[in-house]
Amino acid sequence: MSHIPLHKAKRGSILRIEGIPEGKNRALLLRLGILKGEVVRCLERLPGGTIVLEKNRQEIAVGFTLASTILVAVMTDEH
Amino acid sequence: MNTPSPHNHFEKHQHAGLSLTAEELIRTQVALVGNPNVGKSLFFNYLSGMYVDVSNYPGTTVEISKGRFGEMDVYDTPGVYGISSFTAEENVTRDVVLRSDVILNIVDAVHLERDLFLTQQLIDMGKKVSVILNFMDEVRLRGLEIDTKLLSSVLGVPVFTTTAVTKEGFDAIPEAIRQARRGNQDPDLHHRLHGMLAVAGSEAEALLILEDDEDVAARHGVQPGGEREEMYVERRNRVNLVINAVLSERGIQRRLSTLLGRWAVNPWTGVPMLLGALYLVYLFVGTLIAQDLVEYLETNLGNGLWEPWIRGIVTQSIPADSWLGTILIGEFGVLTMTVTYLLFLLLPLVIAFYLSLAVMEDSGYLPRLATLVDRSLNRVGLNGSAVIPLILGFGCVTMATITTRLLGSEREKRITTAILQFAVPCSAQLAVIAAMLAGAGFTSMLIFAGTILTVFVAVGTILHRTLPGKTSPLLIDLPAMRMPRMDNVVRKTAFRTYFFMKEATPWFFVGALAVGIMQITGLLSVWQEILSPFTTAWLQLPREAATAFVMGMVRRDFGAAGLYDLPLTSDQIVVALVTITLFVPCIASLMVMLKERGAKEAMIVWFGTWVGAFLVGGILSQILI
Repeated sequence: MSHIPLHKAKRGSILRIEGIPEGKNRALLLRLGILKGEVVRCLERLPGGTIVLEKNRQEIAVGFTLASTILVAVMTDEH
Repeated sequence: MNTPSPHNHFEKHQHAGLSLTAEELIRTQVALVGNPNVGKSLFFNYLSGMYVDVSNYPGTTVEISKGRFGEMDVYDTPGVYGISSFTAEENVTRDVVLRSDVILNIVDAVHLERDLFLTQQLIDMGKKVSVILNFMDEVRLRGLEIDTKLLSSVLGVPVFTTTAVTKEGFDAIPEAIRQARRGNQDPDLHHRLHGMLAVAGSEAEALLILEDDEDVAARHGVQPGGEREEMYVERRNRVNLVINAVLSERGIQRRLSTLLGRWAVNPWTGVPMLLGALYLVYLFVGTLIAQDLVEYLETNLGNGLWEPWIRGIVTQSIPADSWLGTILIGEFGVLTMTVTYLLFLLLPLVIAFYLSLAVMEDSGYLPRLATLVDRSLNRVGLNGSAVIPLILGFGCVTMATITTRLLGSEREKRITTAILQFAVPCSAQLAVIAAMLAGAGFTSMLIFAGTILTVFVAVGTILHRTLPGKTSPLLIDLPAMRMPRMDNVVRKTAFRTYFFMKEATPWFFVGALAVGIMQITGLLSVWQEILSPFTTAWLQLPREAATAFVMGMVRRDFGAAGLYDLPLTSDQIVVALVTITLFVPCIASLMVMLKERGAKEAMIVWFGTWVGAFLVGGILSQILI
């Protein structure tokens, strides 16, 4: 499965987190339960690449600059 | 030792360990801790009742509320996702937790995945914890089931359930505090903590040092433990296991709130929703409050009752035309204009704006709005969160400048403040601007809006390009859309209004005093003389417009209103309004900016607006007239 940066994820696709860069944001993402290996859904992709993720019942908005540094594997396409 | 009493109290606790007897406890310190938007303040209000002391946490601009409940001191802490030191709010919550005896952990039962990370961390810190699962009504509505008995036995701390909206379960809160106890730490963790315990003095601090909290490590003169990542992952996994065990679903229903939440972030539906929301705010603040109520209050109570009354009293001992008379009761008098302005114009507007903000915030709309506009604001070096001060700026730039505190970095505070002071017209000014533009025609309106928007973007872009550093990325949790609870909205509004008035009021008086002195010493007319050649030759406006610009330094609406009576062509109106909008902020917002951003930066922005206003206004004039 090929990896893409999160901001390129399609709306409705199921994603597995493959890589998060080091640093403060990594710890913040970790606390929200977004870590390597977790499976999330791309709920919305706004023009420009702001992403809204859904994990269980939780919705998390990730700005473009952060999303572009997170690598994901697409597990399903189109919904 | 000269330490303040809470600190002594805390140290005593540390040395006594956590098994405290009644005599050792002068007053039990209870902290309400939870993620943002879990209804913490409702619990705080329930416990503290009337006796609330709200203040800035020492050395920070973060607000903290302290109340009394029987023999206990209760603290409401800023909402956080974990105990660490990524932001000023987190620092405050961390320190309050460290010095508390009992933690009442409020948990959004609908978002256990998110909230239990904090719960487990509090337990890992070795604190006495009681968990309250709030929003149980929504849990039922969404077809979720939580095995609270199992949750309690897995965590090792008591678990209570409540529905904040109906206050169901609230009578058990005192019991929850009483029953709070140390929970189940990971056995591995326990060993690890032991090594650090000798250095740190308490388990809580030992844990934070292991988790790379640099502040706490520095306090004890040791290096951070470097185990944050590993410990966070372990904790996350543990929380996931707990949730799998206690939570079951009976099929998720897509409720209206979920749908509304999705619509709010989708541009096709979100932009119309934003326009709708702004229109409602405009109807409420712009029409009802700013025009009808303020006009009534200012004219009848301010100019009609208060000012003649105070003039009458003052003139009994001080002649009205003396220098002291001018300062106290003159045109810009400290006792006349300033009081009228503060009480009858600013106060109603600020209340109305904070009320609108609280409704948007408590309904869960604001974080979605931040998400919607994030990418656009990235272009001017900001992230979505800056939408809050920017919107508030259209109410009162002074209020908005104070609100920039909630932004993530100095860089973002700097850019937002500059944009606010340059390009955002406040509501006092907007009313006059709207009336004058309506007379000037639709084309004039477009030119005005286009010019101001261009300056807005230009200021942001230039700062974004030139200031060092990077914009912090947006990363926020979007809480469920809910009907806001009115008493909470009112309380929030009251607190914020109180703080704003407390902080800004002195500056309005200082400003009035400064202008009064300028008037007596003749500086005011010197200034008008200096400005008039620019006004007539460069801006191609009547000489009297210079007076309006100088008045704009006192109150922005005075400036705009001063233009109202001048005979101007449509093009002159546009030039004059653009100039006055971009021109220096009112004196109160200059004072607040001085305090928030420091003298150097404030002066750069202030003089920058002089140059900007006359430059842009002049160029526009050369093109149009």
